[in-house]
This record gives sequence, C-alpha cells and structure tokens, in this order.
Amino acid sequence: MSVSSPRPSAALPYLLLLPSVAYLVIFFASPMVQAFGLAFTSTTGEWGLTSLSAMVSDDRFWPAVWTTLILLVVLLPIQLALALAMSMIITGRLRGRGFWLYVFLLPLGVSELGAGILWYSIFVEQGWLNTVLQGVGLIDRPVIWLDYREPWRVIGTIVVAEAWRSTSLLVIILVGGLRQIPKDYLEAADVFHAGPWQRMRHVVLPLLRPTIRTAMIVRVVLAFEVFATVIALGGTATDTLATQANRAYTEFQDAHLASAYGLVILVVSLVAVGLVLAALPARRERGE
Amino acid sequence: MSDIRISGLTKRYARGAAPAVKDVSVTVEDGEFFVLLGPSGCGKTTLLRAIAGLETPDTGTVHLGDRDVTALPPRRRDLAMVFQGYAVFPHLTVAENIGFGLRMRKEPRADVDAAVRYAAGLVQLGDYLDRYPSALSGGQRQRVAVARAVAVRPSVLLMDEPLSNLDALLRLSFRSELKALAKELHTTIVYVTHDQVEALSLGDRVAVMRAGEIVQCGTPMEVYDRPVDRFVGGFLGTPPMNMLPGEVFGGRGVAGIRAENIEASTTERAGALAGRVRLVEPLGSQLLVTVAAGEQDVKILTPTDFPAGDGADVWLSVAPERIRWFDADTERALAG
Amino acid sequence: MRRVLGYGGAALLAGWILVPIWFVVVGAFSTADSVYTYPLAPWPDWSLESMRFFVTSAGVPQALLSSVVVALITGVLTLLLAAPAGYALARFVFPGASAYRLTVLATRAFPVVVLSIPLAVFFLQWGIYDSVWGVAFMHTALALPFVVLMVAGVFAGVPVDIEEAAQIFGCSRFGAFRRAVVPNAAPGLAAAGTFAVLLSYNEVFAASILTLQEPTLPVFVLTGLTQAPLPFRYAGALFLLAPAFLFILLIRRRLVGVGGPTLR
Repeated sequence: MSVSSPRPSAALPYLLLLPSVAYLVIFFASPMVQAFGLAFTSTTGEWGLTSLSAMVSDDRFWPAVWTTLILLVVLLPIQLALALAMSMIITGRLRGRGFWLYVFLLPLGVSELGAGILWYSIFVEQGWLNTVLQGVGLIDRPVIWLDYREPWRVIGTIVVAEAWRSTSLLVIILVGGLRQIPKDYLEAADVFHAGPWQRMRHVVLPLLRPTIRTAMIVRVVLAFEVFATVIALGGTATDTLATQANRAYTEFQDAHLASAYGLVILVVSLVAVGLVLAALPARRERGE
Repeated sequence: MSDIRISGLTKRYARGAAPAVKDVSVTVEDGEFFVLLGPSGCGKTTLLRAIAGLETPDTGTVHLGDRDVTALPPRRRDLAMVFQGYAVFPHLTVAENIGFGLRMRKEPRADVDAAVRYAAGLVQLGDYLDRYPSALSGGQRQRVAVARAVAVRPSVLLMDEPLSNLDALLRLSFRSELKALAKELHTTIVYVTHDQVEALSLGDRVAVMRAGEIVQCGTPMEVYDRPVDRFVGGFLGTPPMNMLPGEVFGGRGVAGIRAENIEASTTERAGALAGRVRLVEPLGSQLLVTVAAGEQDVKILTPTDFPAGDGADVWLSVAPERIRWFDADTERALAG
Repeated sequence: MRRVLGYGGAALLAGWILVPIWFVVVGAFSTADSVYTYPLAPWPDWSLESMRFFVTSAGVPQALLSSVVVALITGVLTLLLAAPAGYALARFVFPGASAYRLTVLATRAFPVVVLSIPLAVFFLQWGIYDSVWGVAFMHTALALPFVVLMVAGVFAGVPVDIEEAAQIFGCSRFGAFRRAVVPNAAPGLAAAGTFAVLLSYNEVFAASILTLQEPTLPVFVLTGLTQAPLPFRYAGALFLLAPAFLFILLIRRRLVGVGGPTLR
C-alpha cells in the first residue's frame, strides 16, 4: 500500500468510506439498537423483562440452548481437523490443486437449506445411507435415523450435514493462512531435521495460530445461526436458538420474543468468541 | 565432517526448458570453504538446494562422505543451511530457534542447552537468548540463522547469499566474522554468492558458474589471475578485465589485462600504447581512469596523485607476463 | 508411498463432498416411483418428471424470479458500496483505516437473527416489507463486510504505477481510476459481486423473516418443506445447489485468503 500523490484532499478516503459506513449504520447499527429495545419491551409496549421471561419459561428454550451448544462443541474440532486436512491438500504438492480447491469449496456455494435437503435424502428411512448399509450387509432393515424420539440421533445427522456444508469457509481462511507462511520456514524445518509431523507441530501450526483463531471465531459465530439444516433434518421436533427465534416471529408474530432470542444468541456468541480468544491468546511477538 | 561429491547433476524446472544446472560434476574437499559464484540465474542456488535435498536432481548423484544422499530428504543428510531470507522462525525465541535442529533430533535437553549457548556465543548473541526475532535487527536475525546452523554441528554447512540482505557496512564486518568462524569450525562449507569480492575474500576455492555449468574452479587467485575465458575475466574484478585487440601487444587473439596491471605515464615511452584520458573517477584510495586508445576504451587504476586530467595524453604499458590471452573466436584462454 | 497416501486422502475427502451431491442429482432426475422405491438405485432414470413438477408448482416460478432479482440487486448494490471503500483501504494510509476494517468485520460477529427482526419492523414502517428491495437491502448488509475486504484486496493487486502513469498522461484522478484501474480490477470485482449474488441466493433466515407473500426460492421451499413430497424436495434442492457449481468454479481462486490476513 502506498500513499499516492498528489492528493486532492485528506478527506478523500473518508468520503470513499462514507457510503458503506452510512449503509451499515442504517441497516446494521440501528436494528442492533432496536433489537435491544424490542427484547426489553412487551407486546403491549411496556418496558420490562416480560419477553425475556416468556422466552425462558418456554419448555423448548433450554433444549434449544443445549442443542445449539452441543452442536458447537462437537462441530468445532471435527471441522477444524477436516478443514486443516483439505487446506494441506490444496496448498500441498499434489497435482490438480485447482480441482481439489474447487471440490473442497463447493459446499460454500450451497445454501443451508439445499444442504439440509441433501442430507435428508441420505438419512431418510428409505434413503441412501440405509440403501448403502443394507447393500453391504451391515444392517438387515432400514434404520430410522431421523427418529424424533431419539434426539441424539437427529443431532448426529445435523452435525454431519453442517460439517459437510460449512467446513469450506474454514478452508478458505486456513488456505489463506497457509499461503502466507514463507516457503523458507518449511525448508528450514526440513533442513533442520524435522520430519513431516514435527514440521506440522513445531512450525506450521504455531505459525498458523492467528489464522486458526480467526477460523474458530467464524465457526463459533456461525454455529449460533444454524437454522435451515435443522428444520430440514429435524423438522419441528429439534430446536436451536435460531429456529426458535424464527418460530417466534413467523408463527407467533411476536417480534419482542424473537428479539429476546436474538439477544441471547448475541450474548452467547460473544461469550464463546471471548472463550476462543482466551484459549488462544495472540502472542505479543509477530513475524518479521 | 565430510567431502561432497557431485557427479553429472542436471536439474530442469520445466520440461523442455533450459536446464538450471547442466551436468555438473564437482568435489568439495573435507573442511573446505567452497564458493559458488555467478550472475543471477546461473544455477548456483539450484545446485546448493540440490546438495541440501530441497531440489531433486533429474539425473546425477550427490555424495556426502561415503553416503549417497541423492534420494534422502534434507533432514536425513546431516547438514545445515543459512537461508538468504534467514527463515528465522518468528514464533520461537532466539534460543529455541538455535536449538531447533537438535530438538527435532530429540537430543537430551542438557546437550541442546549447551549447544545453544556455544553457538550463541560464537555469534555474540548470548544476551539475546530469550528475545523473539521481531525484537531483533536484521543483522541479529542473520546471526541467529548462522547460530542455528552451527548448533547442529553439521558435517556440511550450506549458505545461500547470507549477506545479501545486510547493508554495506554490516556486510563487510560480517564477512570477516564469517571467515573467522569458518576457520574455527573446520566444517565443509558451500557458500553461494553473486558478489565476486565476497567470493574472493572468503573462499578456499571458487567455482564460477554460467548458464548451469561450472566454467572455472580454483583458488581465488587462480580464478582472478588466470581466468579460463573472457566471461570469467569479465565477471571478476572491479573494473572488469580490459579486453584489447591482440595486435596492439604484438600477438593474436584478445589480450585480457587487469586495470591494476597497466602502468600509465604522461611522457612518451617506447613500445607503449598512446591514448587520451577520457574520464577520471576517484575511488578514494585510487583513481579509475578511462583512456581512449584508438578505438578502444582502456580502464586503468592509478595512484591518486596521477598527474593527468581530462584530455591529457598518456602512454600505457604492460608487462607481457601480465597479459592473459584469449582466442578471438572461442573466447577460451590460450595456453600459458 | 507418502504420495499414494496423499492422493488417497484427497480422494476420500473429495468423495465426502461429491457423493452426497451425486445423490441429489440422482433424486432430482428420477421418476417419483424410483424415489419412493427402496433400496435406491445409484443411477438416475434421467427423467425430467420431478424437475417439471417442481418448476410448474404454484408459487415456484415467482419465487425463483424473486430470488434472482434479489440476488442481482444485492450484487450490484454491494459492489457500488464496497468499491469506493475497498479502493480507499487499498490506496490510502489514513488514521482510522484499521479501525474501519475491524468494525466492518466485527459486524459479522452479530448473528443475522438479531438483525432481521428489527429490520422487519422498520421495513413495515417504510413500506418495503415483503418486497424484493427489503430482502436485497438486508442481504447487502450481510455481504458488504466480506465484499469490502475482497475488493480492497483486488485494488491492492493493481499496481499504483499504472494509475499514476495514467494521471501523468492526462487523466484526472477519477479518469485514471476508470481507465487504468477498473479494467485491471474487473475480474476481481466480478468475483466479489458473484460472491454477494451467491450469498443472497442462498440466504434463508432473513428472507423468511422479511417476506410473506413474496418469498424467495429457499423460503418458499422451506415453508412447504414438511408437507412437500420427496420429488419436490429433491428437485428443489438441485435448484438451490446448481448455481454453486458454476459460481464457485468462477471465483474459487479469489475466495482464498479473504479471511487470512484481513480477518486478524
């Protein structure tokens, strides 16, 4: 980056930023403020905790909270491992890197709903998974994977679908980070007696740390927005915070209750981001 | 410690492209400071990386001592390297960087610590062991890179233009330090540079490369005084060797004469070549004078008190044994 | 040996992505009878029955049109807003630049859920609730942060020299931008716009909150999902997936690194 000259005025960069800032104030900042207002008022417009207490006393609130958190905790390590493997392949020495990149990024363009239906066709009783399992003789008759009396099973299917769909985003981030590691460092590791695993552990992962942190933050934030996949696979029987918020608005037409859910999502995701930052603090020292 | 024997090594980066290294065979003696010198793109770095195992040669072999290491990955070759950009790990302290190779070999902690202290002492980094590279100057990072290489007590130490990222003053002082260090280590060293002064001052032997081949290999004075062809004569020395038509000096072919071997006089002398001063460039300790002699420009070095200014008539003479004769067509040196 | 391991692993991971997609293709191009037959056949009958059924279902054409219109508005609007900002970030060093970057990124830490509900309330007041404009405005806000950073990267990749040369040889500042920078940045800008289009086409939560009678395609499919027959679902899924195949192919190289240095 460089300052180009001559500069008509020092205000130019700010003028250029203005449209996007103004837009984000109108469509981002103001609804944020409004969301607080909605959450802390009742349907009749009085200030108070009515909407929040209505939310907490709903039978489906705590299950929704737990499901959301479980999804996050289970998905995070799975997706990081998958994304790391894919990124290593994309940045590695195999031929056809363009192809691998394309395939591994494909799900990025797939909507939550598309992915949800896709996995529904696999997990449904007369679906692909049972076809394959029965074909190789592992089961005698179709298993009901999407059994609503077995919440763990349904959550398992959601984990698989989400791991399939949203790992691509982490791949983008990790590949970007891997490409920034100068080749010299890897060669130095090679010369100084590091085997492939040692190189990964002592050189690549530490250098990749800021990138991994970014990836985790992105993953955490997205985890609280899991929505259409849940509806596609779990129908109305499995809830997450996002599906509850949606239901509050579309079924009960209660913007206050829906905003209360939104607020909970915001708070929980900020706490989770905070935990990630605490678990992986930025080193004071930076690269050259 | 071990010698390095390279035979018939060829490396092409792309199919059909000119080879970066073409059928090179050379032996580096045990304990020798060996310099690969050449202009950029001549293949010197590729050759070094092939010794390191960072490049796989298309054909040919590399032996370190008695071992054929051609197929071995770098970490199994028992060598160390100083990279051009240093490649000092930013996430490790100075001590951790220096001890990296030993820790990768899972050597006992106490040995690692001792080696780190020894290597850090050699390059005067003893007081910086707990710092991170971001808190070091370029020159200090360079020392870390050297210490990291020394710490593993390699049988072969490779250096890829280690001084090229330093400013002129640091480069000079570090060059002397490197030479002293090399004497102390008795390790076989292969050193890549495009700087002929570095090559001449550091090397026990210098190999001059061009277009993927070693053109000449010998002691610095051999390479400087008795270049095998016009390319080597022109590449080494500041200014480059004068290349004059041989008839002037009563011979055939091309006469290569070093600027400092030409004696200039302001009075006419029998058998001397007459010319006129075209340009005088003071270099501080000497004057670099360009003399137009007939169709030719001749560069000469004179003491600073040389009396002739621009446009003055001068007479140039050379002791016949100081002339290096080249064939006009093949550009190879003629016998002698 | 390691090479074999590498290709094996890569093929395994690729299969993990591609095999499920194949299943959808099979489902969408099979007859209703085959879809309900168990066990399923691994090859489609190449029948257009399901696709025809889906496309001609009441509401689908309008929803598809809405989706396309919303996506296009989002793409254009996002680029118009992001281009100046990205240019400023790429070309100027000024106080507040990194604060801007950080703020823009931080906006993505706030879930869509929180935003869309108050926006629905606003849009009702402004009279753009349940319209393509409302949804497009929301999607633009969602895409803007990423696209600004992508565009900044694109502009940073165009050498300042050529812009300055254009100015030396008689262009105004804006003229230099238009004649020297834009042509060189065009592929990157197109990729950034494509990213916004894709994000909009796929987004379902906000769109479901902000529409009622005029749903986008994903919202329409979602609303009828629990009652919809399998052929309808599978054909719908293929329609939702299809743009990804083309668009990701076009922009895959530009996507990499969007998050790397900038998201720090």
